[in-house]
Amino acid sequence: MDEAREIVAERGEYKYGFVSNIEMDKLPPGLDESVVHFISAKKGEPQWLLDWRLKAFRAWQKMTEPEWPHVKYERIDYQSICYWASPKSNADKPQSLDEVDPEILATFEKLGIPLHERAALAGVAVDVVLDSTSVATTFKAKLAEVGIIFMSFGEAVNEHPELIKKYLGSVVPASDNYFAALNSAVFSDGSFVFVPKGVKCPMELSTYFRINEANTGQFERTLIVCEEGAHVSYLEGCTAPIRKESQLHAAVVELVALEDATIKYSTVQNWYPGDKDGNGGIFNFVTKRGICEGARSRISWTQVETGSAVTWKYPSCILKGDDSVGEFYSVALTNNYQQADTGTKMIHLGKNTTSTIISKGISAGHGQQSYRGLVQVGKKALGARNYTQCDSLLIGSECGAHTFPYVDVRNGQATVEHEASTSRIGEDQLFYLRQRGLSEEDAVSMIVNGFCKDVFKELPMEFAVEARKLLEVSLEGAVG
Amino acid sequence: MLELIDVHARIGDTPILKGVTLTIPKGEVHAIMGPNASGKSTLSKVITGHPDYVVTSGDIRFEGESILELEVEERAHLGIFMSFQHPVEIPGVATSVFLKAAVNAVRTARGEEELDAAGFLRSAKKNMKVVDLPKTLLHRSLNEGFSGGEKKRNEIFQMAMLEPKLAVLDEPDSGLDVDALRIVAEGVNHLRSPERAVMVITHYQRLLEYLIPDKTHVFVDGRIVKTGGPELAHEVENRGYQWVRDELGAAARVGA
Repeated sequence: MDEAREIVAERGEYKYGFVSNIEMDKLPPGLDESVVHFISAKKGEPQWLLDWRLKAFRAWQKMTEPEWPHVKYERIDYQSICYWASPKSNADKPQSLDEVDPEILATFEKLGIPLHERAALAGVAVDVVLDSTSVATTFKAKLAEVGIIFMSFGEAVNEHPELIKKYLGSVVPASDNYFAALNSAVFSDGSFVFVPKGVKCPMELSTYFRINEANTGQFERTLIVCEEGAHVSYLEGCTAPIRKESQLHAAVVELVALEDATIKYSTVQNWYPGDKDGNGGIFNFVTKRGICEGARSRISWTQVETGSAVTWKYPSCILKGDDSVGEFYSVALTNNYQQADTGTKMIHLGKNTTSTIISKGISAGHGQQSYRGLVQVGKKALGARNYTQCDSLLIGSECGAHTFPYVDVRNGQATVEHEASTSRIGEDQLFYLRQRGLSEEDAVSMIVNGFCKDVFKELPMEFAVEARKLLEVSLEGAVG
Repeated sequence: MLELIDVHARIGDTPILKGVTLTIPKGEVHAIMGPNASGKSTLSKVITGHPDYVVTSGDIRFEGESILELEVEERAHLGIFMSFQHPVEIPGVATSVFLKAAVNAVRTARGEEELDAAGFLRSAKKNMKVVDLPKTLLHRSLNEGFSGGEKKRNEIFQMAMLEPKLAVLDEPDSGLDVDALRIVAEGVNHLRSPERAVMVITHYQRLLEYLIPDKTHVFVDGRIVKTGGPELAHEVENRGYQWVRDELGAAARVGA
């Protein structure tokens, strides 16, 4: 902390006198350059990163919030949000789960995430992000043996500045879009993964994100780099407790795959979606993008989105290397008054690049859901192929499903296929299953799980189980 | 086992059942024969509690208790099974996953222990033999891409797994060739027991050559108009439903 204080004192450019409050665990609401300075100082960041943040902040100030998504929500007052909070017990970071605040562990238990069990049973290295600061990192040593770096973003800035400097913003530029710019200015922490040349990560890497403090936006930043021939599978799972006011979550995830590298990124997102009347809930405005930089590289996004009041999210792939492969498998569920505008972008630049998009949207209650996808094939992407399958399932008569596919092909040697379907859970299907003894809710959940099977099979085993449970819980009360 | 007492039912504003009275004691197989659109399929849906059908008067009793207020699945839990004329496809749901859930839902409702994966598989393999279905069918999505014969045999297989007290078979023979028909009939015969009642709804007598009913009911215009033994099925087959209608008309005139 003293170090941070010194840095701040040296710079001495705070309008609101945050300098004296550097010990604060939480900033008062509001956002201006001084907040950016404060966060950077709090984290003891080097000058270049502060400059990078400030540049992003200035770009953000000139930008406007996008209005094209097919969602409605009350405009966010960015001055009413807190941009920094850290857990109190953060003075000394625990090196193992034993050292983690039992209360924090108890909260995870309540959420049905037996962290210690998972870590032990599934052999998963877990990097827990609670609010803005990472509180536990496990299996770090084991990974380090094979040269894999898996640590909080903040640590990586200090320990591997050359890697961060090289790759930060290389896929999602600081001024890419409104929310990415905001994140770039005020991001708190997140995860950094680096898998060196030829190394196949021996375990699934996992991070649980959770939003803890009321009214605190969480702005994590994830960067995963796989060198030539390296492989990694990364799991991200999210839950959040009930909140009365809407909360903003604007994360950025960047993936870089060099020649012959494979990155598999799986997400199960279950943040508070608001109550059944549409009050509260989290705004999830996330920018996720990967670049297949080298030939024959592969990036695969799998997501199961059941939470959040409003979702705005398009995990994308830039297929730059020849013969590179991009995949997007998505299940999104909107119940009650949830809204989701989600999809992907596949940008084919290299020759013989291939992309697959499987999107399954489920709408229940008054849920509104849009698939928005772009398949772009550049002039030089000869032999590029895309297959898109976009299915919507409606439960009840008040919900909606919308599809906005964009296709932009700039050469004559590409193949782009698009299939779409919209169906309603049939009364006859329900009757059939109930006649066999299943309750109406079990019947719905079985039909929905069947609908999502093509995506679930892409998830790692333990995540697939969790995803199925999540759909069940999320659909409670959707019928009957 | 099953008693229908002057049951009237409609779908929307259209009356379909117009006073059906029928008793099927346990251990017996009753055939319901009738022309198309006579309402015989409605009978199966009303007994199993399909939400689109409203019983406007009369009562349906199962083991002496009225079941009119019970939900579809509650009736299933009591041991009422229906084989569908057109089994529904559920994409992405493996037959084994569905059937294990169904078996265990019924077992739980009966206060029996759930079958574990091994127990289920043992039982499934045994019962699939009865209707000559390959084990690989367990891994396929329920009824999706099944041939007509596979769908029908799958219904009987499910019946064997669920061990119902009352089986309502809605045209288990429609669309089947003779060989498949025999397999289905043998499957049902295999499941005949002194503790089980069976109602088989059919359009043709063909099935009843392999599945000999204890009683045959002729169903016309939403009512049972004639009841007899297995020989009645032959008579209907030979003389057609018009004969029953004519006889009815004559009787009505005599009555008047």
